[in-house]
Amino acid sequence: MSTELLSWSILLAQILLTLAMACAVYRLLRGPRAQDRVLGLDTLYVNATMLLLTFGIRTSSTLYFEAALIIALLGFVATAALAKFLMRGEVIE
Amino acid sequence: MTNAADLPAWAALPTALLLLLGAGLALTGSLGLLRLGSFYDRIHAPTLGTTMGIGCVLLASMLFFSVLQTRLVLHELLIAILMVVTTPVTLMLLARAALYRDRSEGCDEVPPPPPLPPAPDLPGGAPQAQVSAKVVERT
Repeated sequence: MSTELLSWSILLAQILLTLAMACAVYRLLRGPRAQDRVLGLDTLYVNATMLLLTFGIRTSSTLYFEAALIIALLGFVATAALAKFLMRGEVIE
Repeated sequence: MTNAADLPAWAALPTALLLLLGAGLALTGSLGLLRLGSFYDRIHAPTLGTTMGIGCVLLASMLFFSVLQTRLVLHELLIAILMVVTTPVTLMLLARAALYRDRSEGCDEVPPPPPLPPAPDLPGGAPQAQVSAKVVERT
């Protein structure tokens, strides 16, 4: 009973996170300005981290944790570099 | 490695609830990103997912693996610390970049820049004029 409940709620959480990623992708593709696209990319990274953690719970393996950590780290670097580029027109001056 | 079917009910129930709460908050934040009107409204919305949302999912993961492996599994705290440290930094950088771009394009929806303090050290004051005249024209 409880195992069934857990597997169904994992499935529902995956669907919700996929919908959230779809919203972020829409903002990434259609954002009226560049800063909207960067914000969509940042949201996409966070949602992907959560989706990978959910995959890890589903398969009961800690392998997905490292992938989630790397994606979270890359999200920070990418957003910081893109914000720097929007501000100054250069990433490394 | 043990299976998820071995998980007792008292741990499966909070795990399921925390997962659903986290995913629902992430979806709410992303819907806000989709629906809100201006960029400065939209930048607030995804923080629902980056604070409470990912916190709930990380708590669910910690609870699940701790009960499953019958030892304390705390490496999810790494992601939590990373999120807490990096999210304000990136969003602040992004908001300041957007504000700079809007001001340099002469958009009248943003407040004007604060008046520059007098700089007695600089002998001419010319470099500030050059900096404020720099206009970014990308979209």
